[in-house]
Amino acid sequence: MRWERVRSLGLILAGLVLLGTGLVRGEARAVLAKAVRICLECIGIG
Amino acid sequence: MHRGSRLRVKRRFTQVACALVANGYLPGFVGAAIYQGPVKYACVPFLNCHSCPGALAACPVGAFQAILAAPAHGVSLYITGLVSTAGAAVGRAICGWLCPFGLLQELLARPQAHLVRFPRALLALKYVMLALTVTLPGIWVGAGGVGAPYFCKYLCPAGTLEAGILLGLRDPALRPLMGTLFAWKVTLLFVFLALMVFTYRPFCRTLCPLGAFYSLFNRVSLWRLNLDEARCNRCGACRRVCPVHIPVEENPNHPECIRCLECTRVCPADALRFGRASAEG
Repeated sequence: MRWERVRSLGLILAGLVLLGTGLVRGEARAVLAKAVRICLECIGIG
Repeated sequence: MHRGSRLRVKRRFTQVACALVANGYLPGFVGAAIYQGPVKYACVPFLNCHSCPGALAACPVGAFQAILAAPAHGVSLYITGLVSTAGAAVGRAICGWLCPFGLLQELLARPQAHLVRFPRALLALKYVMLALTVTLPGIWVGAGGVGAPYFCKYLCPAGTLEAGILLGLRDPALRPLMGTLFAWKVTLLFVFLALMVFTYRPFCRTLCPLGAFYSLFNRVSLWRLNLDEARCNRCGACRRVCPVHIPVEENPNHPECIRCLECTRVCPADALRFGRASAEG
């Protein structure tokens, strides 16, 4: 039981580290830049 | 109210609330613009096209591909971390409880839709989609080294429904630009809408790259289905009610499980519980 929980918590922690690293690298700005424009490909034009 | 009925109501309420909050930018539905405010720094952990007039946050699949397709071809650690954290926490409960496109598929499904089984090859197709989604925009590049969000461009019916049709209806400037690609995507959308009536969640189970990604976490997520082997009498009630046909009593955290928790509702021995990983799970 303990091992399974440790593994799950480790994965969550690894995910949070990736997320935090991405934020520090300013990736949220890149997401914003993409998401505020109409994605022509997504709507079937591009 | 019976515990099982409460569970169903709770799940439906969560799905509807999530769909409304994720697409809560009402001025977008009135005009033809999309939301451009700071909430779009954030990604939702489920499929929800950020070009939908109502979308308040970014779609992880669309944003990941768009960043990968840009000339720098960067892999977004922010989005990878976000969906990994969500997956490691609850696995495909994201699909079953939060995804608005999943909700649409459930609302359209006939009561007998869950009786239709998909061949294994079709179920495996979503993993191919996942592999292509996270690689192709960075390696299939055109002029200037720029790729494209190929999954969104050629396949995603959510974008066509939530964004393409709504924006096309509202913005006359877009209409002349809608050609062969748009016709293909609308056709695909209607094929899926028809399939949604007769089969249970056809898009999630065969094509969704995010569903494929979360399915990798089902066995290792912190919150999961725990089967009490001592209580289970192998009656098969869980297997019969499962809309995605998994052998619940053998593998309750099967990759196909979307954690609708119907099995916990019908178990006469109360042997199945959704919660933190336990020794039995």
